[in-house]
Amino acid sequence: MYNPQLNAQGQLQHLLSIEGLPKRILNDILDTAENFVGVAEREVKKVPLLRGKTVCNIFFENSTRTRTTFEIAAKRLSADVLNLNVSTSSQSKGETILDTVNNLIAMHADMFVVRHQQSGAAHFIAQHVPPHISVINAGDGRHAHPTQGLLDVFTIRKYKPEMHNLRVAIVGDVLHSRVARSEIHALTTLGVPEIRVIAPRTLLPTDVEKLGVQVFHNMEQGLKDVDVVMMLRLQNERMSGALLPSSQEFFQTFGLTPERLALARPDAIVMHPGPMNRGVEIDSAVADGKQSVILPQVTYGIAVRMAVMAILGGGNAA
Amino acid sequence: MNILIKQGRLMDASQSLDQVKDLYIADGNIVAIGEAPADFIADQTLDATGKWVLPGLVDLCARLREPGSEYKATLLSELRAAMAGGVTSLACPPDTDPVLDEPGLVEMLKHRAKSQALAHVYPLGAVTRQLQGQLLTEMYALTAAGCVGFSQADTAIVDTQVLWRAFEYAASFGYTLFMRAEDPYLAKNGVAHDGEVASRLGLKGIPSAAESIALQTMLRIAQATGVKLHIARVSTAESVELIRQAKQSGMALSADVSIQHLHLTDMDIGFFDSMVHLKPPVRTQRDRDALRAGLLDGTLDAICSDHTPVDDDAKALPFAESHAGASALELLLPLTLKWAAQAKLAPTQALTKITQTPANILGIAAGHLQVGASADVVIYDPEMEWRVDGRALTSQGKNTPFVNHAVTGKVTTTLTQGKLVFQQETLQSR
Repeated sequence: MYNPQLNAQGQLQHLLSIEGLPKRILNDILDTAENFVGVAEREVKKVPLLRGKTVCNIFFENSTRTRTTFEIAAKRLSADVLNLNVSTSSQSKGETILDTVNNLIAMHADMFVVRHQQSGAAHFIAQHVPPHISVINAGDGRHAHPTQGLLDVFTIRKYKPEMHNLRVAIVGDVLHSRVARSEIHALTTLGVPEIRVIAPRTLLPTDVEKLGVQVFHNMEQGLKDVDVVMMLRLQNERMSGALLPSSQEFFQTFGLTPERLALARPDAIVMHPGPMNRGVEIDSAVADGKQSVILPQVTYGIAVRMAVMAILGGGNAA
Repeated sequence: MNILIKQGRLMDASQSLDQVKDLYIADGNIVAIGEAPADFIADQTLDATGKWVLPGLVDLCARLREPGSEYKATLLSELRAAMAGGVTSLACPPDTDPVLDEPGLVEMLKHRAKSQALAHVYPLGAVTRQLQGQLLTEMYALTAAGCVGFSQADTAIVDTQVLWRAFEYAASFGYTLFMRAEDPYLAKNGVAHDGEVASRLGLKGIPSAAESIALQTMLRIAQATGVKLHIARVSTAESVELIRQAKQSGMALSADVSIQHLHLTDMDIGFFDSMVHLKPPVRTQRDRDALRAGLLDGTLDAICSDHTPVDDDAKALPFAESHAGASALELLLPLTLKWAAQAKLAPTQALTKITQTPANILGIAAGHLQVGASADVVIYDPEMEWRVDGRALTSQGKNTPFVNHAVTGKVTTTLTQGKLVFQQETLQSR
């Protein structure tokens, strides 16, 4: 099947979504990231793979954390980095997304890292850039956040290398979550046999089962014997009104407490893409507990983003 | 001006006509079929050997974008597109800017359309002022100005009391209401069918129930008020079944489907193809199959183009931000015949869905080749094979989801009121 992310040789041209990427490419990114984990521990935290290249972070939607991790990753690869916060500049003056992109092309950028509030924006930009430019989707609407999905599976692989034998639960607002979609595709491609989503119906997409997941509306049942618990961020505007009655009720029904975590396997790990709402999605005792791998996720995120950039930039060795 | 169309295959279900014959036109009307009338001397002869001679098409929904959105298209550009597609009569919905809710605007549109002397334009007036769903328009005065029916275009009447009153008022005068069924709350911010594809792509969905819930309300009110109701652009299997049941119960109503919905499904969105951003959204294969079946068994009466030219900039955006709509006047006929071939339906029967039946729904004298009728005639080459190319469309809107679709057959000549207004060769040589 045609995949706009791959070139004619089947190599990664853009990273827009995990969906449709072959397992060999995912493993290649994860293996390359392994090599980059050590770079952060060196005295000189740089490799010269993208020297002379310009990486442009185009953020149509604010996100300090994601933008920073991409910036650090690019700089550790010796690239020059441009940060554009478009939400507060050009677009408010009426410039179209294509105008913005064309200006950056004219400035000879080599790689675009794009975040946009609309699903499909990264695909749209990838369709309009010349072949020498690669586009990395840093989150588009509810659609995909592939580097977050990859860093999550990278983290899982670190703690649970037997991927073919895992039971993973994803908890919370799957409906609005690009992270959840990317995680589901990544886990499925890498052969994880059982993926559960746990949420009320109002926070689940229609026909979510067709993504290859089992649906639970009860936290206790859903967490039983899982190896990995991935909590999702719940945004404030969704906590009261028609999607959920209140944040308190959500925590009562779907919050991750030590008692509920005890239903999972004893060595289960707890993940969260951040930023966390403590006391809404997750109890502090769990977030800071010994099963939590939330901070290592952040560290691995830089290595994974370095790997993606290095592969797209033409090299894959640390 | 006397025109003889020689040796074409004349097809008109209204008179069970499907034969190779000559067609004689004098002073804008069809004057004879087969035998020349006495003293007929042709000023012009069109050789239609090997071609089909059809009634001019009647389209229940084509946006001309004028007044108000001339940057998207103009009356002239879209009437030329209609001619290139063989559409000689068309109804335009009232969602212009300003909205067609005043007799003066309708008169102006009719006048300007008439001065082009291309397709016959039949405006649908707004049901409520500014399409805001609150105050009824002057339906009587709008009818006197030239409206053939009333519509809310894509805007729902949320207040069911207003909806009831609108149906009652229209029923008093026997006016037809052309209503699209969509619950605005369930459809809010939606851009694609709410199903597997939208969930996978992270697009806000419009559930099928948004259509069927609104449809059930309309059917119930229509039953109570006795209004002449036409359900426009049905998109779901559920709706087809509701309309089927209503018709079986003896209710008089009609319904149409767009040519897009007859051929496409939500899978065609692929990787966020904004050309497939349509209103209502294209739905699942099951829905498409039900629409086709409904059209075959007569539950759905007509096919419309739902022609909605959109400027390039409005499509060159991420899917959800792009404007909905497709340019379709020029594809209505070949895609209807493509459906007919796939459904193993005789072309003559399929043609009634875009000629005679929509003419009856609009209450206009059009859509057939009977002697005495206005000579709105299309000559069609059934053999010409081509691939759809948006840039090659006559319409100012180059937006079509059918790019690269293979189609067979093309309009070569269109006559309106006996006047030769389109010839493919002429156009190509320009």
